[in-house]
Amino acid sequence: MTNPVQALNSARVRGWLYQALFLACTLAVAWYLVSNTLTNLANRGVATGLGFLHREAGFEIGESLLSYTASDTYLKALVVGLLNTLAVSAAGVVLATVLGVLIGIGRLSSNWMVNRFATLYVETVRNVPLLLQLVVWYTILNRLPSPREALEILPGIFLSNRGMKFPVLVEHAGHGWILLALVAGIAAAFAVVRHGRRRREATGKPFPTLPAAIAAVLLPPALAFIATGAPLAFDVPVLAGFNFEGGGSVTPEFTALLIGLSVYTAGFIAEIVRSGILAVPHGQTEAGLALGLSPGKILRLVILPQALRVIVPPLTSQYLNLTKNSSLAVAIGYPDLVSVSNTSANQTGQVVEAVAMMMLVYLIISLAISGFMNWYNRRVALVTR
Amino acid sequence: MKSHLSALAIAATLSVSALALSGTAQAGATFDGVKQKGYVQCGVNLGLYGFSAPDDKGKWSGLDVDMCRAVAAAMFGDAEKVKYTPLSAQQRLPALQSGEIDLLARNTTRTLTRDTANGLNFTPTNYYDGQGFMVSAKLGLKSAKQLNGATVCVLPGTTTEQNVSDYFRANKMTFKPVVIEKNEELNKAFFAGRCDALTSDASQLAAIRAAEVQNPADYVILPELISKEPLSPAVRQGDEEWTNLVTWAFYAMVQAEEKGLTSETVDAAMTSPDPDVKRLLGVTAGNGKALGVEENWAYAIIKQVGNYAQSYERNVGAGSKLKMPRGQNALYTEGGLMYAPPMK
Repeated sequence: MTNPVQALNSARVRGWLYQALFLACTLAVAWYLVSNTLTNLANRGVATGLGFLHREAGFEIGESLLSYTASDTYLKALVVGLLNTLAVSAAGVVLATVLGVLIGIGRLSSNWMVNRFATLYVETVRNVPLLLQLVVWYTILNRLPSPREALEILPGIFLSNRGMKFPVLVEHAGHGWILLALVAGIAAAFAVVRHGRRRREATGKPFPTLPAAIAAVLLPPALAFIATGAPLAFDVPVLAGFNFEGGGSVTPEFTALLIGLSVYTAGFIAEIVRSGILAVPHGQTEAGLALGLSPGKILRLVILPQALRVIVPPLTSQYLNLTKNSSLAVAIGYPDLVSVSNTSANQTGQVVEAVAMMMLVYLIISLAISGFMNWYNRRVALVTR
Repeated sequence: MKSHLSALAIAATLSVSALALSGTAQAGATFDGVKQKGYVQCGVNLGLYGFSAPDDKGKWSGLDVDMCRAVAAAMFGDAEKVKYTPLSAQQRLPALQSGEIDLLARNTTRTLTRDTANGLNFTPTNYYDGQGFMVSAKLGLKSAKQLNGATVCVLPGTTTEQNVSDYFRANKMTFKPVVIEKNEELNKAFFAGRCDALTSDASQLAAIRAAEVQNPADYVILPELISKEPLSPAVRQGDEEWTNLVTWAFYAMVQAEEKGLTSETVDAAMTSPDPDVKRLLGVTAGNGKALGVEENWAYAIIKQVGNYAQSYERNVGAGSKLKMPRGQNALYTEGGLMYAPPMK
């Protein structure tokens, strides 16, 4: 309809043109970086590609959720590292949330002691570098006595500078049934809760939801336990050679990292919780009081549900931070993804691949957490009726 | 975070050094360059007691530093004409490849890859090392074979992790590694009792023991060495004159030990009737001309730096805090591996 020169005057055409130019530049830079790296690696005679993943790793890993030995492949070693990262992150998220909510509520407490203590906590942990905190926790745990002089904090549970050793159940055929009964119990508890809510909504009568649900969860496995002949044999850790053998264990590296990450992140979560609660107008509390609800019920039924929609989005980024901060594990010897990747890169010389894979994995983990939290956020968002 | 960065740094230096490689390799360029600027630019460790470490006045000393000084003495007749570039493990090869330094004397293991694909030439090994284990004397262990089930502290970054896994697998033993990236944190964990054993090159274990422990007798280094680590000075490929000078500067120190010449006795030895000594000290001319330096080049090394035994004992042996026995580093006549070819 128009000649090319006139077309340039159209805002839409120019918009497209600029975007195309931008895309071309980005692609050109990316292409240059990749091809330059590949050329230089080839010149240096450095092997490229992911073939190394199927070679024997040849190094041991201190702790693993799978059974792993030095004769397994690099791929398996990296999976072990990834699982370690996920384990400490998942435990850290739970612990940091619990601690953060408690401290955050404490910050608003009318009790002077609680209030000041929470403030002191938040100001301290937020303003000391995490790496330093990790080293401090690790040093403290390493100051525990040696295995031979281990502290027996509870019968069968030993605390030493090799970590915590505890008894574990010896496997028995009856355990499957007990587990099944537990699943059935949980399902029953959900039904009880639903029934209770329906009755309350229909008749206004309160229903003892919590005791009923607990009973529904616990009774079936207890019955199954008795029915299968009470299979309770423990594998208790005993001193042998350099260390304890048998039982389960938690290493000082894991514990130090878990405590460090949780304590640090809880400081930030506490502030988020506090701001979320403060965002709920005071009139809501007064309305609750006017209805004759107890302070605990006001918090649980009125304040928190409304505060959550303010809390969840910034909470997501704290979860992401915690997960990414878990890569500081290398400083205190926890074999996370970064630690294992570094060793693999060192041994194979394929640094570029190892770093690229690490970046990709962290990206996927972060996007997954974001995705989940966004879904949860939509659930707790206020529905306009 | 730090490790992401360091891995990226390796990647970056790899590509930089790949570029640098193409621009070097002119015969004699390093030799002439050093002669012209009047000093040797020597790459050394950031601080490894016994090998290269600065004292509180900034004066460098150590076995590797003596190598730099010997080359300067041969070139200029003055062992002080050295400038030091402290280098990390990751920086060391690129620094040599790019021409930033003339000589790398930084406890570097000679390997096939480094000698070929990385564009380096290694000169004779000035310290035969190997990976070993250090344990608390309280455990009463006599051999690394008794370490079954032990927890072992390992520093990542080299072949250490793989060597220790190989050793335990070969001997049908198990162990738990604790891998910590920073030296200080690793040492702290070991001395706090987190691990039963600490593994690293035996010389480094001795250096750590000397630096961290009040009473060195509280910790023992087990006799087994589980890897070969021939620590050798290196130069860039493509300058044979320079390679020759560095090579024979070291051999002169070994030859001097074999002939019993020390920095104290070398003046008196100038009148020795031994034809080997005469050739070494330049009384009989020829060696200096062949190397392109003054005839008294070896005399200057022995006088100012000393023979190999003097350098060894002063830096890592009985006269130092490390107290390393000569072991493989003794002369071949005493059951070691130190052997200088005929200097004629």
